[in-house]
Amino acid sequence: MFTFLETFADLVVIRLLGLDRATHLGGALHFFIYDTLKIFILLATIIFCVAIVRSWFPPERTKRILAHEREYVGNVMAALLGIVTPFCSCSAVPLFIGFVESGVPLGVTFSFLISSPMVNEVALILLWGMFGWRISLIYIGTGLVVAIVAGIVIGRLKMEKCVQDYVWEIKVGDVAVAERNWPERFAYARGYTSGLLKKIWPYVVIGIGIGAFIHGYVPQDFLVKWAGRDNPLAVPLAVALGVPLYANAAGVIPIVQALTAKGMAIGTVLAFMMAVTALSLPEAVILSNVLKKPLLATFFGVVAVAITMVGYLFNVIL
Amino acid sequence: MKIEVLGSGCAKCTQLYDNVKKALALAGKAAEVVKVQDIPTIMKYGVMSTPALVIDGKVMFSGKLATPEEIGGML
Repeated sequence: MFTFLETFADLVVIRLLGLDRATHLGGALHFFIYDTLKIFILLATIIFCVAIVRSWFPPERTKRILAHEREYVGNVMAALLGIVTPFCSCSAVPLFIGFVESGVPLGVTFSFLISSPMVNEVALILLWGMFGWRISLIYIGTGLVVAIVAGIVIGRLKMEKCVQDYVWEIKVGDVAVAERNWPERFAYARGYTSGLLKKIWPYVVIGIGIGAFIHGYVPQDFLVKWAGRDNPLAVPLAVALGVPLYANAAGVIPIVQALTAKGMAIGTVLAFMMAVTALSLPEAVILSNVLKKPLLATFFGVVAVAITMVGYLFNVIL
Repeated sequence: MKIEVLGSGCAKCTQLYDNVKKALALAGKAAEVVKVQDIPTIMKYGVMSTPALVIDGKVMFSGKLATPEEIGGML
């Protein structure tokens, strides 16, 4: 599918710059050119298509769908709707209040909050482009399971009183969701795609650059000892490292792919990716506006444990 | 006319505020433009994704950054 990019990268590296692909510099440069182009073509195409789907699911509608759902079915629905509902952590507070106010159960709300940033098209595309479709489907599948299970667990803990008190007093107005026509959907998707690409492109380029460097210069099997499947501490360590590395799934995946080539185990990679996207310190700060500390800690703890289990599981079976 | 830009201080909210100012300048109209950052007021409008634009108490859109031209059409 991308042979023309291979040809193009060959042309630049070998013909134009006169480098040998077998050298460190030639290999790193070839990787950089090929991967950058491939990733951006994939990103632009798929973000646009997903944005078209998203135009049917503004959060106000998602809320209405979930308001009638109970435990289990509600958690599954919330995790799935998390994929298609546009979500930005800066809107996490109004979103959370809107959900719980309209009667969406707390556990179901958390299934949405976990799935929405973690299971998204940017992670899907980058994983697909760099690890193949099998790993990206595993990521999506287990991401949904983590969101569903963690939501059910949090719901069962009955921590409603750990939501900030003012949340329950807010009266949420009802806004009519305007039906969009096709030109509006396309305009929305175009704006969404260009906005997202503008935001993430520096991270992607830097990430691929670092990845290219690792590919070209770091010795083979360098990481087997540290991050290979035989080191039981690798998974929790990867999760702990993933939390402060926020929002840069786009930049992190190319680096992680290079680390895998040097011996990092795949379960560890998946756990790291999930920690990067699902848990972040800025999100914790934002959510502390609506959640009291015990609930915030429970949220992070339950998700971190679930992700760690995913890491161990795939280190064993893959 | 009263225009409210709803959003809790994110980059897009500031940009939307600027775009509203530009739209007014383009249309040669005057209006009171305010940033609404407090959550209860944002929620009163039923808005769940920011930034959002409210003109004379009516929610025009939410969760997107409109261009000055698009906003001009709503004035």
